[in-house]
Amino acid sequence: MTTVDLYRTVRLIRRFEERAIEFVRSGEIVGGIHPYIGQEAIAAGVCAALRADDLITSTHRGHGHVLAKGVNPARMFAELMGRESGLNKGRGGSMHAADFGLGILGANAIVGAAGSIATGAAWAQRRLGRSSVAVTFFGDGAVNEGMLLEAFNLAALWRVPVLFVCENNGYATTMPVDSAVAGSITGRAKAFGIPAFTIDGQDPEKVLAATTAAVDRARSGKGPTFLECTTYRFDAHHTFEHRVRLSYRSDEEVSAGWSRDPVEIQGARLAREDRAAVDAEVEALLDAAASIALGSAHPDPIAALEYLYASPEVFR
Amino acid sequence: MPKLSYLKAMNRALGDELAADDRVFLLGEDIRVAASNLTAGLFTRFGPDRVLDTPLSEQAFTNFATGAALAGLRPVIEFQIPSLLFLVFEQIANQAHKFSLMSGGQCKVPVTYVVPGSGSRTGWAGQHSDHPYSLFAQVGVKTVVPSTPADAYGLLLSAIRDDDPVVVFAPAGALGFREDVDFSTLAPVPLGVGRVARAGTDVTVVALGHLVQDALAVADELAGEASIEVFDPRTVYPLDVEGLAASVARTRRLVVIDDSNRTSGFGAEVLAVAAERFDLVTPPRRVTRPDGAVLPFALALDRAVQPGRDDLVAAIRGVLEEK
Repeated sequence: MTTVDLYRTVRLIRRFEERAIEFVRSGEIVGGIHPYIGQEAIAAGVCAALRADDLITSTHRGHGHVLAKGVNPARMFAELMGRESGLNKGRGGSMHAADFGLGILGANAIVGAAGSIATGAAWAQRRLGRSSVAVTFFGDGAVNEGMLLEAFNLAALWRVPVLFVCENNGYATTMPVDSAVAGSITGRAKAFGIPAFTIDGQDPEKVLAATTAAVDRARSGKGPTFLECTTYRFDAHHTFEHRVRLSYRSDEEVSAGWSRDPVEIQGARLAREDRAAVDAEVEALLDAAASIALGSAHPDPIAALEYLYASPEVFR
Repeated sequence: MPKLSYLKAMNRALGDELAADDRVFLLGEDIRVAASNLTAGLFTRFGPDRVLDTPLSEQAFTNFATGAALAGLRPVIEFQIPSLLFLVFEQIANQAHKFSLMSGGQCKVPVTYVVPGSGSRTGWAGQHSDHPYSLFAQVGVKTVVPSTPADAYGLLLSAIRDDDPVVVFAPAGALGFREDVDFSTLAPVPLGVGRVARAGTDVTVVALGHLVQDALAVADELAGEASIEVFDPRTVYPLDVEGLAASVARTRRLVVIDDSNRTSGFGAEVLAVAAERFDLVTPPRRVTRPDGAVLPFALALDRAVQPGRDDLVAAIRGVLEEK
């Protein structure tokens, strides 16, 4: 994975999210989104260390993860717009984007839930003789969910090839991490004997390096690693905040967050003309993606409960 | 013919399916030593990767099973206590059950949840005596409550082979039930198909699990008064409405006995179906736990809260006498 590739990914996520926010404002996306803006380096760096057959689980703030794992942006836009050509055929939306062909076991809207799902999937992969690993993304809020701590225990006990990636953006919705977390975030993982590191989540290269080491460790049978990636959410918890301003952080704090913009940090590593070329490439890709999504069919209400069951029985 | 107990039939189904399909594995608490006897002999036979003894982490290991299923395995979880299903309701109802639709049909979650000893176990009191099959039916999770050893075998096999999550309630009151079984006839029993446990012409009694034996006993007891048909739906959801309709078309009277609390329980659903579809000569009745019941400890109180034979006799006489 080259410097340019990492830049392309963070830029793609940033511009995808900015366009998605526009689609929320224009009404093309209903229900709003949880923008990933500011946290792009984590998705880009982590997924750059993964193979195509490695698995991820994502969160309510998950667009970056699935884009970095390789989803087609047109199908992602279409999913956000609830179209039949979406990743989930319009049945999942922003908080449930999944692409099983790419190892994306779905974004999960229950905080902390996916950690144990990823642990089970990684354990199963090993039992099936596959060498793939699983990564589960979650935020600082999730470290107070008991179910996630139970997953740490199972993963450590059974040396499951899973990576726990905590994106500490400072807030669980509006609750500052200092008011919510007794002890430390990495201390939770260390208590289970899981190696845990705090890394700079604004720099894609650093995230890639730390993830590569953790993936190697997992693939060689040594078990899980915990990465706390310190980051900052530049935009709203959810786009509803664009309409209803909540006061839980100052403008000065947000400005200070922008001073460590992952897109700029990685962009500064490229020659000006190379960066401009990537930017143009991303715009062209997203122009085409948005156009495809906007032109896609809406699902037929008669099929509202299609896919409810995987087996073919007919229910009344 | 050899005798087969209900619990042994389930044990046999697990062993047969573990042997037949390498993707099947069991997980749960104390299953290595088979504390409930459900998994007796299976750890020795299949080893620790197929019979996975878990720490007391119900929420994580229930989601763990979902993850393993998404990756291609077919997990079977044993829950020692029926009330643990409240603890993992999120993991079953909000996670495992929703993946198929939410992903637009990209995946399947073939997990089986088995509760050997559901309902009252006599003397286990408030937090170990629930029977929450109606809850799972309400959210649309496939749910079975077998009544006989052969059905316990066959429904558990079908549950494991089904591509969706299935909850299997094995009532404490049925676990010791034994019947003569020709082992060569043991076979999968399809989900969603009921059976007539006893044919009759005057009234249909709908009963599930251990209550089928009570219904049959009552039918014998009242044989001089009325010809009672006992219909065992076997599956709570999806309910075999056609099978029930065929029975009620013969009897035109209906009583349901149900070990759920009264409001929004399985019995309420059967009566709702009857109101919508059946041509009854007298209003149907239900025999259930009371509204909002919590099972009290003392034996007489425990029994007082459960639907029993006396209540069933009274309900049957009620629908027979009313004009």
